[in-house]
Amino acid sequence: MVNGVFEWERPLIELENRIKELQAFTKEKGIDFSEELATLERKADRLRAEIFSNLTPWQRVQLARHPRRPTTLDYINMICTDFVELSGDRCVRDDEAMVGGLALLDGMPVTIIGPQKGRDTKENIRRNFGLPHPEGYRKALRLMQQAEKFGRPIVSLIDVVGAYPGIEAEQRGQGVAIAENIRRMSFLRVPIVCVITGEGGSGGALAIGVGDRVLMMENAWYSVISPEMCAEILWKDTGRAPDAAAVLKIGAQDLLELGVIDEVIPEPLGGAHRDREQAAQRLKEAVVRHLRELLPLSGDELIHRRLEKYRRMGRLAQETEERLQAVSESPRD
Amino acid sequence: MPVFKDLFRSKSRYATVKPSQGDGDQPRPQPARPKEVPDGLWVKCPGCQNILYQRELARNLQVCARCGHHFHVGAVERLSQLLDSLDTFEEWDTDLRTVNPLGFPGYEEKLARMQAQTGLSEAVVTGEGKLDKYPVAVGVLDFSFFSGSMGSVVGEKLTRLFERALERRIPVVVVSGGGGGARMQEGILSLMQMAKTSQAVERFGASRQPYISVLTNPTMGGVYASFASLGDYILAEPGALIGFAGPRIVERTIRQSLPSGFQTSEFALKNGMVDMIVERKDLRPTLARILRLHRA
Ligand SMILES: [Zn+2]
Repeated sequence: MVNGVFEWERPLIELENRIKELQAFTKEKGIDFSEELATLERKADRLRAEIFSNLTPWQRVQLARHPRRPTTLDYINMICTDFVELSGDRCVRDDEAMVGGLALLDGMPVTIIGPQKGRDTKENIRRNFGLPHPEGYRKALRLMQQAEKFGRPIVSLIDVVGAYPGIEAEQRGQGVAIAENIRRMSFLRVPIVCVITGEGGSGGALAIGVGDRVLMMENAWYSVISPEMCAEILWKDTGRAPDAAAVLKIGAQDLLELGVIDEVIPEPLGGAHRDREQAAQRLKEAVVRHLRELLPLSGDELIHRRLEKYRRMGRLAQETEERLQAVSESPRD
Repeated sequence: MPVFKDLFRSKSRYATVKPSQGDGDQPRPQPARPKEVPDGLWVKCPGCQNILYQRELARNLQVCARCGHHFHVGAVERLSQLLDSLDTFEEWDTDLRTVNPLGFPGYEEKLARMQAQTGLSEAVVTGEGKLDKYPVAVGVLDFSFFSGSMGSVVGEKLTRLFERALERRIPVVVVSGGGGGARMQEGILSLMQMAKTSQAVERFGASRQPYISVLTNPTMGGVYASFASLGDYILAEPGALIGFAGPRIVERTIRQSLPSGFQTSEFALKNGMVDMIVERKDLRPTLARILRLHRA
């Protein structure tokens, strides 16, 4: 990728730039290029449909990692009002790779959390490239338990390559923190809507990803292992990550078919970064709709349904005398 | 909602693990056995480099008598070490079979190879047995099967273990040992087993019976970051590798060499992540004592 442009979308980007130049020129010189512009626009539309309607799994991974893709705070600022950011796990420190707080979402008070990637190098260093330590997960849990106390629904926006693999992270119990979050989230008495907005890296994503509804942006990925690491294990070659991305079935549509997520949120053609505001509005519409469905349910009912949903996860067969009988199928099959 | 029709059928009609055949004297295949040692009679200790007689090692619970190195123990041998006798063990859910839900290349072949090598159908053996004359629900992950990694069947068997223990109001002991964590070949469905098993552990809590989690070498990744970390009591064998991220990945990320003893049981104890380190010879008595205190 050069300057935020992938090789496979370059013809389109160049055409779009030409259109912009011509528009600027028209404005500047007052010469009418409307016919030429119309032709170019038609060509761009064709090219856009051609390039973006048949994205490979790997191209989607690339879009999910696009440097201009909205981050968690970007989405919070676009979909919420009155955001009050809260800090710290009350134990070790404030992990800025995880953010959260309370806000109004479509008039509803919610607790909203999520890992936060930096938008430039400086911020990335401060935020550890969006890779949380255990204290980040404990901070998220603290805010979720606070939400439960005050009866506020929880929105978890997930964009994380993984839990940080470092010495202090292991010392302070990265595995324990993830396990505790999974366990505690499963039994919270308030509605939880999770959205994988970008990257959903393994346990580091699941630690804030147990919910009544789990939604996924169209170009997001969610996997037990990154495509690069899978490629290294399978073929000893991280260069084959594109093949691994296909094999692992990590795209939104795959996960919908596997019964792991509940809905795919369509992105603007070519990815959320191409129209951030529209991406945010679609995200907001979906989250609000699911929250409104969940709000009438009691705490007991929420937990009961949540547990049932996860109880069904997995695919296996039961050997009987006569035949191999598939017995654990997702409801969508 | 029960997904399976006859939840409590426990007798397999297929040749999988026949617990009564493992008499504890016959050491099971050790994946850690160095290749240069011929015919499986002798094994080189990675701890002290001494050559050990396999039979001797088995009699010593697969622990090196010279340096205390704890070798891997297969599931059936482990059960024979922990339970009053293998005859008290009734295996559960032997009829669950792994499928290839993603169509992952080479998965069926690798599974078949693992099954042939180990005589196991999957990486966990679960069931009910007697420990100190009282019934316990017990699950043992076997490192020699797919590195003890958790896919749909392992997750389901462990979940049912906790569910049945809850119904019967009996304690649970799970011996973890899975360097693989979540099983890559089942992709996101493996990750979901972390949620499923963690929820089963929490629901089991309603029984007011203890869940003792025993961590053995290695307990990493998705196994560590779910049910294995959620024991009321967490015991670890000496020198086991315990952690979330693999040491090689940590090393690569921080670009420095790791401190000695990083992610060992001793490291976990020092950092407050486990209750105690228990040598293998003391494991059964320690479990018995904790369970006795719960009955008192
Ligand atoms: Zn030795």
